[in-house]
Amino acid sequence: MKHLLDTKELSLADALNLLDTADYMAGVGQGDLLKLPHLQGKTVVNLFFEDSTRTRLSFEAAEKRLSADIINFAAKGSSVSKGESLKDTIQTLAAIKADAVVIRHSASGAPQRLAEAGWIDLPVLNAGDGTHAHPTQALLDAMTLRQFKAQRDRVETRGLTLEGLRVAIVGDILHSRVARSNLWLLNTLGAQVKLVAPPTLLPRYTDSWPAEIYHNLDEALESGVDAVMMLRIQKERMQAAFFPSAEEFTRFWGLTPERFAYLNSLNHETAVLHPGPMNRGLEICSQAADSPRSWVLRQVSNGVAVRMAALYLLMTGGSSQDFYPAA
Amino acid sequence: MPAPTYLIRSASVLGQETADILLEDGKIAAMGPHLEAPGAQVIEAQGLIALPGLVDLHTHLRQPGYEASETVETGSQAAALGGYTAVFAMANSKPVADSAAVVEQVHALGLDSGWVKVQPIGAVTKDLAGQQLADLGEMAASKAQVRVFSDDGMCVWDPAIMRRALEYVKTFDGVIAQHAQEPRLTEGAQMNEGKVSAELGLTGWPAVAEESIIARDVLLADHVGSRLHICHLSTKGSVEILRWAKERGIEVTAEVTPHHLLLTDELVRSYDPVYKVNPPLRTEEDVLALRQAVADGIIDIIGTDHAPHPAESKDCEWACAANGMTGLEQALSIIQMTLVETGYIGWADVARIMSFKPAEIGLASDQGRPLAVGEPANLVLLDPTARRTIVPADQATKGKNNPYRGMEVPGAVKATFYAGHPTVLDGALNSPRREG
Repeated sequence: MKHLLDTKELSLADALNLLDTADYMAGVGQGDLLKLPHLQGKTVVNLFFEDSTRTRLSFEAAEKRLSADIINFAAKGSSVSKGESLKDTIQTLAAIKADAVVIRHSASGAPQRLAEAGWIDLPVLNAGDGTHAHPTQALLDAMTLRQFKAQRDRVETRGLTLEGLRVAIVGDILHSRVARSNLWLLNTLGAQVKLVAPPTLLPRYTDSWPAEIYHNLDEALESGVDAVMMLRIQKERMQAAFFPSAEEFTRFWGLTPERFAYLNSLNHETAVLHPGPMNRGLEICSQAADSPRSWVLRQVSNGVAVRMAALYLLMTGGSSQDFYPAA
Repeated sequence: MPAPTYLIRSASVLGQETADILLEDGKIAAMGPHLEAPGAQVIEAQGLIALPGLVDLHTHLRQPGYEASETVETGSQAAALGGYTAVFAMANSKPVADSAAVVEQVHALGLDSGWVKVQPIGAVTKDLAGQQLADLGEMAASKAQVRVFSDDGMCVWDPAIMRRALEYVKTFDGVIAQHAQEPRLTEGAQMNEGKVSAELGLTGWPAVAEESIIARDVLLADHVGSRLHICHLSTKGSVEILRWAKERGIEVTAEVTPHHLLLTDELVRSYDPVYKVNPPLRTEEDVLALRQAVADGIIDIIGTDHAPHPAESKDCEWACAANGMTGLEQALSIIQMTLVETGYIGWADVARIMSFKPAEIGLASDQGRPLAVGEPANLVLLDPTARRTIVPADQATKGKNNPYRGMEVPGAVKATFYAGHPTVLDGALNSPRREG
């Protein structure tokens, strides 16, 4: 693995290597082990061309726990708004010093351009690009789902796949890089993906996607799910006629108290996930968000571990074996 | 001193019978076996195919205003190297070619260059804004004698403006060349809407945005009895609408670009903006439908949509890159590759779709003429057996945004004669033609 651009190209072995490493990283910062020294003397550039508080903080925490030096570059808007070009920005930062680049950009494909255009020769970590991909989010979701499955089945997480897990991803699939990255990774890990959205919020051509498509959330829930992942909906979408009103969206595609009560009435566990930030009362009700079934805060803490794992593996060429005694 | 004469020996005329061709005083003076012409410069053309000089109804020469991308001089050099003797220069310069002054400027630059005939296209609406008609009559009556009008790059989306434009240009037998793109259906569009765009998270440019405008415009052309030309047709559905319109007898013609006959949206997976073009690269199914439509005569001509850009317009992320790719210097090779070697058409058809018909649509009377005695000596000699690798840096166009870079293509232009003068000899630029 030279870069982490998308989850589509990740093999099962790569994915498990990342997740197993992340499981170890989750223990760093707790107890006696406050930091790891592995990236000491190395510099990570955080290039954020799009507003992001959570992802940026999560990456920074991950970098610090691995003892890396950090250069932060934040440019609201991006080169699309006629500033310095992406090429000049990255070459400038690389000239200062960089051993890896974390990039968030509003343009789909910008991280792949950084990796492949020949501007720099550094590992590139995609921290979210346009409506294309958000691989560390998908990895932290997978890590969370693995913890859920391990807890439910009383097994170890290490080496565990998501075989047999049925995951519904609900909401604005069309504009969601989280949904796209989850689609590929969850499939690679053996989970069954169900996408739930009105036709306006799904791409027109999803025939080749390894997922069941539902336009009705109740039908999707009744079909049997082990986890529901609610996506953030932007209210402004209704101005562009993607749906008539926030109220109608909630009624048909929200995890309402009624739907959450239905899930609670079943005799099997259902995990509730949300990549945040949540619109309480819109796509997810507070009862669900604050319930014991909610894994939302675990997702956040897992995010740091997953990002540590990705940075470690890309920048050192190591593997999860480095942290576990040989069998 | 009399102008030199040229004797082309043993060329295969339109890929068929072999003949010698004598060029004298800008005309084809004689054709036949074993011609004798003392004093003539002899061009050995054994194994070469003679075609009429190519005519491109869709070229962006970028001058005035975007000289960093291309000039009339560099663009027409590229055209000559590609086997062209005439190009129609699109109106989206800066200022826009929406007045007699601008089209006369482009016309004069073309005469000064002398590599090909440069025929300006006039804008349909002022500043391509789609609001008010450009000075259509003034441009028609100018020295540039404009007959083709296009807002290319922008769609004449307002149906009332389109209707009036179609009607108004009937005065001088003009034609409206439409860039068919419904603007509301393509807001923020980055690539073809299909399974690739769904995966890549790039906003889709749906086929229906092209097809709905073509459907509307053929009905308008029918209603007012005007000539309509469809630029760079790119979808299978557009072909079906064209087929219907032609069967109904509507006066509509259509063009396809070389790139839409070869490349597909799968290439966008690289996010390399060299593949960003408008209309976007479509699917394999569309490519095959377009090839068949050329063979069936539903699509009338090849237009290059040669669209040079400076390096920085493509050396960036996909969303901020400019649309367009260069085309003039390899159009004939791509046509040989996609239509001739695949058996869709023969060389006589190539002459029709790349020379006769585009000249007829654009009313360029001295261009697109048969290879026959007494006709203007506009012709190209092609070596169909050559194989060459596309190297953008070696090309005459300023635009290095070439999607075929590194690709091996068939065919090489050996010589281009423009009104009897060799603009290209031995596959390289020779000299421009000077009026005399």
